[in-house]
Amino acid sequence: MPDVIMPRLSDTMEEGELSRWMKQVGDEIHKGDVLAEIETDKATMDLEAFDNGILEQLLVAAGALVPIGAPVARIGDGSNIVADGAAPAAPTTAPTTAPTDAPTAVAPAPATAAPTSPARPTGELRTSPLARKIGREHGLDLHTIVGTGPQGRITRTDVDAAIAKQETAVTTAASAPVSAPLAVIPQPATTSTGSTDSVAVPVSRIRAVTARRLTESQAVPHFFLTSVVDVERLIAFRADANASLAALGIKVSLNDLFVRASAVALRAHPEVNASWGDGVILRHSHVNVGVAVATDDGLLVPVVTDADQKSLGAIATETRALAGLARTGGLSLAQMSGGTFTISNLGMFGIDSFTAVLNPPEAGILAIGAASDVPAVRDGVLVTVPTVKITLTVDHRVLDGAVAAAFLRDLTTLLEEPLRIVL
Amino acid sequence: MATKARTRAKQVDAQGGDPAGTLRDYYEQMSLVRAFELRSGEMYARAKIGGYCHLNLGEEATVVGLMAAIEARDYLFTGYRDHGYALLRGLSPERVMAELFGKTTGVSGGRGGSMHLFDAETRLFGGYGIVGGQIPPATGAALALKYQESAGPDAAAVMCLLGDGTTNIGAFHESLNLAGLWKLPIVYVIVNNGLGMGTTVEKASAEPELYKRAASYRMPGLRVDGDDVLAVRDAARDALQQARESRQPVLLEVMCYRLRGHSVVDPARYRSPEDTTIAQQSDPVPSFRAELIASGVLSEADATAIDEAADARVTEAVTFAEESPEPDPDDLFAYVYATAVANAPSALPGEPVMDAL
Amino acid sequence: MNTDTDNTEAVTTRTITYRQALNETLRAELEHDEKVFLIGEEIGVFEGSYKITAGLLEDFGPDRVLDAPIAEEGFVGAALGAAMLGMRPVVEIMTINFSLIAIDQIVNHAAKMRSMFAGQVSIPLVIRMPGGGGQQLAATHSQNLEVWYAHIPGLKVVAPSTPADAKALLTAAIRDDDPVIFLENLSLYSAKGEVPDGEQIAEIGKAAVVKTGIDLTIVSYSRGTTTALEVANQLEAEGLSIEVVDLRSLRPLDRDTICASVKKTGHAVVFEDDWLSYGIGAEISATIGEGVFDFLDAPVRRVAAAEVPLPYAKSLERAALPSAADLARVVREVLNLAPATATSNDK
Repeated sequence: MPDVIMPRLSDTMEEGELSRWMKQVGDEIHKGDVLAEIETDKATMDLEAFDNGILEQLLVAAGALVPIGAPVARIGDGSNIVADGAAPAAPTTAPTTAPTDAPTAVAPAPATAAPTSPARPTGELRTSPLARKIGREHGLDLHTIVGTGPQGRITRTDVDAAIAKQETAVTTAASAPVSAPLAVIPQPATTSTGSTDSVAVPVSRIRAVTARRLTESQAVPHFFLTSVVDVERLIAFRADANASLAALGIKVSLNDLFVRASAVALRAHPEVNASWGDGVILRHSHVNVGVAVATDDGLLVPVVTDADQKSLGAIATETRALAGLARTGGLSLAQMSGGTFTISNLGMFGIDSFTAVLNPPEAGILAIGAASDVPAVRDGVLVTVPTVKITLTVDHRVLDGAVAAAFLRDLTTLLEEPLRIVL
Repeated sequence: MATKARTRAKQVDAQGGDPAGTLRDYYEQMSLVRAFELRSGEMYARAKIGGYCHLNLGEEATVVGLMAAIEARDYLFTGYRDHGYALLRGLSPERVMAELFGKTTGVSGGRGGSMHLFDAETRLFGGYGIVGGQIPPATGAALALKYQESAGPDAAAVMCLLGDGTTNIGAFHESLNLAGLWKLPIVYVIVNNGLGMGTTVEKASAEPELYKRAASYRMPGLRVDGDDVLAVRDAARDALQQARESRQPVLLEVMCYRLRGHSVVDPARYRSPEDTTIAQQSDPVPSFRAELIASGVLSEADATAIDEAADARVTEAVTFAEESPEPDPDDLFAYVYATAVANAPSALPGEPVMDAL
Repeated sequence: MNTDTDNTEAVTTRTITYRQALNETLRAELEHDEKVFLIGEEIGVFEGSYKITAGLLEDFGPDRVLDAPIAEEGFVGAALGAAMLGMRPVVEIMTINFSLIAIDQIVNHAAKMRSMFAGQVSIPLVIRMPGGGGQQLAATHSQNLEVWYAHIPGLKVVAPSTPADAKALLTAAIRDDDPVIFLENLSLYSAKGEVPDGEQIAEIGKAAVVKTGIDLTIVSYSRGTTTALEVANQLEAEGLSIEVVDLRSLRPLDRDTICASVKKTGHAVVFEDDWLSYGIGAEISATIGEGVFDFLDAPVRRVAAAEVPLPYAKSLERAALPSAADLARVVREVLNLAPATATSNDK
């Protein structure tokens, strides 16, 4: 249940004095009710409730000085009423009656009020039946969610986003290295705690769908394999290729080389070009490589079909066109369908390495970091070598470690001997 | 084409043409219908019978005459004043009374009631509660017969009964036109009791000589005295013969009187005393009884015995009906569809139409 | 669906019109069962107002293809009577509007007999009739009255949307022992589609998911299904995933299929050519509320005809009839999406 915190009520305020409680423990509280008077460094202000419910506990006594953000009271469903001796004695200004007054004043109220008036906290909550159901299943407090539907209705989109945020918050907190779930970057601006310094940002349909699908993918048992690729020759190869393709107006990116190399490796490892199909493993006859593209509306994954059959130039041209369509909202569903493997590249953001979240139902996704120089000894000489860390996320239901490792080893070799990519 | 109504005198003459046993049978049948209908009225008053209940009282000679003419292989369609026809078609008084009582032993298990007596076995094809509703299906039955068999003395035909008021509804015109056009083996019988509920024929029909409407369909039309059982029988037999042998539809108008109101709850106060007097004087049951006694076919004791037997028969029917079980609500949906179908509704009032997913 | 063989590979298909599918099926059933006969206005010499019965009089003769005078109550009732005696008549009523003249025979008699007579008689009767507006036929000739019949226990009401369904449902209807209202639509007659060869018998009472999707369910039938598919495909290009449920049978109604779909998508729009109030969509909305309330993410919406006798003038007719644009707009509203800006209103 949400705590009532000492609000920030002026630009220079650092703490405030809770000068007078206007409500008592056991009172039914509605959003906007004045709970207390706060004396700031400038004026006396009202402390308004942001939640509906029952005032369960006063955490500070009248007269206490409380820093911004610290809890002063607790509002709940009425099941955890703490009326007795919970409010610490006011340290300084109100030594007279506060501790003894509070219990006698508030104790009878909940005892009589609770059974007769249910005081449902859901009073004005507007929510779809489905959102309520999902909320129940995930133990969400829908009061903490800002609805983006018509008339502020909380819909599936909103609860899905809240769930996804919960989960990403957990994973980012738990894993030490940079763990960027596939292009779903947590939005720091969005909050659901009801605190005043947060803004609810409505999500696009694409983001909502992405949230839902990625949430589903978290249920897939998966593991990660990382390989460091020496890309010195790959960079040189790209320069050569661009020189010879310049006349055709084609420009090959490192990413295009990763697409092509992955496609060739997938063709050689059909067990990786597969997906989990409800009790069977589906091996796909086509090698279709999706390329994650960040757009203003959210993540899109256009698919380069039959990438193993296409020339590097064709891949470069096609990827560029697809990415352009993605950013202008012109992708058709067909252009986003049928992928058998995905590549996500955050190298351009200087990310060293990361793990990507599987794009269901595909069995693998390759996360590509930025190129960085590492020291190496060549012919007895200390030199720097450009490398890229690539991390494969694998659906463990489809692939085991050794099979995936063999694929990643071959892919690394292809990238280090780039002529083989085009041969 | 039309013949004049026969006179009552001819009925007496006809005794020479029919064996005494046949005449006695006819009286037994008239007596049974009379007893059944009187008891139906009583059972209605006792609230054993619900809904609408229309009686053949006063029409017994018509009922017996028509049912004497129709063959077992023929199909009979009637309106809602159908009890007597069902009895004489061969349904037991028990099954008919049980249907009126709404019991499982009724002809339709209590689902049809008074107006909708139906028995596939005896080819009583209903019992229609909507005025004129029976005319198109009866016509279609005749169409089916035309598909299914050749014309001839052994062929089946359809007899479609309707009231005088029914001749003014569109279905009458549409159907007779089809029958005349397609040469269907059907006899339409207008049982003209002079009143459509409380409206006289003269107030309802621009051409009150209803049989003349046959001319519009190039169909023989004739009128016969409905109080003369033999005249009715002979006219109907002739008409059926034309239908089965020549595929010539016929319109037969039978003139009779309704002894009481439109239904058991109608006191018929709209009828003039003169009209009521005529109806009572024309009552075919006592008059046929008197004629048979006068001509020596029956003794007074014979006639009394017949009447008592009829009454006893009806008493048995009432007892049977009373003792029969009521239909089980579990069987509510039993006969809605002949071919089982997915998702057929089966919810009772207030039950969910489906389980929540 | 395919009843005559397990070897589905043996089934070949042809692309034919809805009209041709009906014509071929009538022909096949006339050949299959001599108890089958056709009856209706102008179905013989004239070959049907919409040419559904073309060539049948010539091949089967006037006893099997019976031209009736303009007397709907008479010939529909006559077909009913013939069915009572074991024939299997297939009636054509020129348009559903004229069926009102026969409605006593259909509702008061055909629908009741089997139940009222405790199963002593069955009514193997099919009544074909096209509905639908949009051809500037004005108020009396443009109605969608199928809901009148779908309301009646004892009737079965089917409404195929494709040539293949027209074939399989008509075959099923003719072989069914109950009265079946077979709803056609003027604007579907020339629609083409793949139709399997050989005997095809659909199961009456079953809806079909004709397109799968995850975001929203459009429920429709007959011509409406083709519009629904068109809109679903158009929205799919914008990244929306729309499921389309084709009811196929209006009575009985396949509530399970509707609810299973909405359970998945959480959103539903009913698209119907009939008038809104008390229409097919009202029944479906109630069903969804009852069956999958907990899975609804937005109120069910209905896109139906404006409640006005349909005017003759093209501009007024267009305004009154539900269009693809109307459906697309409502789908967006239900999904809480911004209105489309690029697509022009096609009204």
